[in-house]
Amino acid sequence: MSVLWWLVTLLKVGVIFGAVLGIVAYMTLAERKVSGRIQLRFGPNRVGPFGLLQPLADGLKLMFKEDVIPDHVDKVIYVLAPAISTIAAFASYAVIPIGPPTDFFGLLPEPVPLQIADVNIGILYIFALSSMGVYGIVLAGWSSNNKYSLLGGLRSAAQMISYELSLGMSIVGVLMMSHSLSLTRVVEDQSNLWYVFLQPLGFVIFLIAAFAETNRLPFDLPEAEPELVAGYHTEYSSMKFSLFFMSEYAAMFTISAMAVTLYFGGWQGLPGLGSLGIPPVLWFVGKVVFFLFFFLWVRWTLPRFRYDQLMNLGWKVFLPLSLLNILLTGLGLVLLE
Amino acid sequence: MPAVLFYILSAVMLAAALLVVLQTHPVYSVVFAIISFVSLAGLFLILGAEFIAAAQIIVYTGAIMVLFLFVIMLLNLRREDIEERGVSLMKTAGSIGTLVLLGLLGGVLAGKISLGPQGPFSQEVIRQAGNTQAVGRALFTDFLFPFEATSVLIFVALVGVVILAKKKL
Amino acid sequence: MVPLSHYLIVSAALFAIGVAGVLVRRNAIIIFLSIEIMLNAVNLTFVAFSRYLDSLNGQIIVFFVMTVAAAEAAVGLAIIVSVYRNRESVDVDRVNLLKG
Repeated sequence: MSVLWWLVTLLKVGVIFGAVLGIVAYMTLAERKVSGRIQLRFGPNRVGPFGLLQPLADGLKLMFKEDVIPDHVDKVIYVLAPAISTIAAFASYAVIPIGPPTDFFGLLPEPVPLQIADVNIGILYIFALSSMGVYGIVLAGWSSNNKYSLLGGLRSAAQMISYELSLGMSIVGVLMMSHSLSLTRVVEDQSNLWYVFLQPLGFVIFLIAAFAETNRLPFDLPEAEPELVAGYHTEYSSMKFSLFFMSEYAAMFTISAMAVTLYFGGWQGLPGLGSLGIPPVLWFVGKVVFFLFFFLWVRWTLPRFRYDQLMNLGWKVFLPLSLLNILLTGLGLVLLE
Repeated sequence: MPAVLFYILSAVMLAAALLVVLQTHPVYSVVFAIISFVSLAGLFLILGAEFIAAAQIIVYTGAIMVLFLFVIMLLNLRREDIEERGVSLMKTAGSIGTLVLLGLLGGVLAGKISLGPQGPFSQEVIRQAGNTQAVGRALFTDFLFPFEATSVLIFVALVGVVILAKKKL
Repeated sequence: MVPLSHYLIVSAALFAIGVAGVLVRRNAIIIFLSIEIMLNAVNLTFVAFSRYLDSLNGQIIVFFVMTVAAAEAAVGLAIIVSVYRNRESVDVDRVNLLKG
């Protein structure tokens, strides 16, 4: 591990962290713009050209707001919860490959992978982190000492455990075909054919479970405004609130990047056509942006599910279907080989 | 480097485990248990058991501890008064028993540990095949029957829990 | 490299903490947590031996222990919930209906 290795790794961490922060900031703007367009309005357009400086204004506002810690909360856990949420959401990018190994036009002696760490348990690592993310919400709900927050926390615990199962099971199909848990290998395996064509059922389950896992509409029961005020973050203000906000968007970004990596060839170009002269990193970003837009699109189109419907769907429909998917994949692999 | 990490993680793990027992509020106990289990996953990583480390975090902190927290929140358990009953006979006995156990284990360990014959899975072999692949292969060949038996166990647990938790079937 | 005995000492200490928790605390949930701690101490021993013996069997046993622990936690917590329904308490000293 030379000095150069450390430098490159630190640089990669810095660039990816900065890029994710930037994307998260602009997703808040995109959300408001898209929702505006869907509801035949303009959305924010006052701060800067086309409202492009709006995230900056929002950030400044949130930072300078008074940080209220209510009297009746459990202080230690109340402060800890947003941090857990954010760390769990942001640490996942370490294993997602955003491009093939490159030597940056001859700047470096040997090609470095465009990924902070190629862990051989990449997918499990992301799962481990996403399962840690539940604690941010649950502990926030509990420590707020408020019945709405508590209900939000309880709901998210049950919801995220239930859908994590379907999410994990739906990915097993991909793992069976790629023979590896390393995301780099999974992407390399898709140079000829994206897994979405081989795993259509798995992909649909993955996508729907992803909505539940990130607490987005139509499954945003933990923070359902009409029933629970704002659910788990009712008592939060200022930067702590914005940390929850950021981690929700960061989680959306993670799950989109995962969908792209697992089912849509990651940084690979179109199947059969190659990259069409477009750099792989742009392919990756483009695909992720499409999925992010899809998240916003669904949010402003579908109504919220009822809680019992959500749980029924998770346990009685998606879990059996994802098991069926594993069975079909296994059968297919045995018959083809 | 791994040696330093080992001592740090062990210290964190033991301290957190101790706090699990000492905390009066169940939620704090669960939080410290999570810290303890995550440090243990770090120790597994140092030992080269990547799959087990990931499974440790996913199963223990991702599922079991969420379940604990869920039950505590559902029952709305509060801080308990430990002082109420004072130092009972049980506590004294417990403390003494634990110390004796610890002393015994230390005494055994002070003697020389002799290892049995070495197995075929040296670090190089595992690195070549990948830890997950190696564990998976063993699981589905040598340990196939126990593996299938666990599925029955989980099914039984599932049915049992539904029967226990439903007020009226 | 850290000698095997250090792993064993750490796991012995962890196990002892778990035992102490079961013996000293009366809250059913804490007792349960302490049992999980004991299981974890045993897991550490298994994995350490598996590393130092160049064998994978230890890691596989740990996999089974985790499965059993998950099943046990689910059943145990369901029992705690149903006890709480009847007694409004999770104190194991108050669950003494069978005692004469």
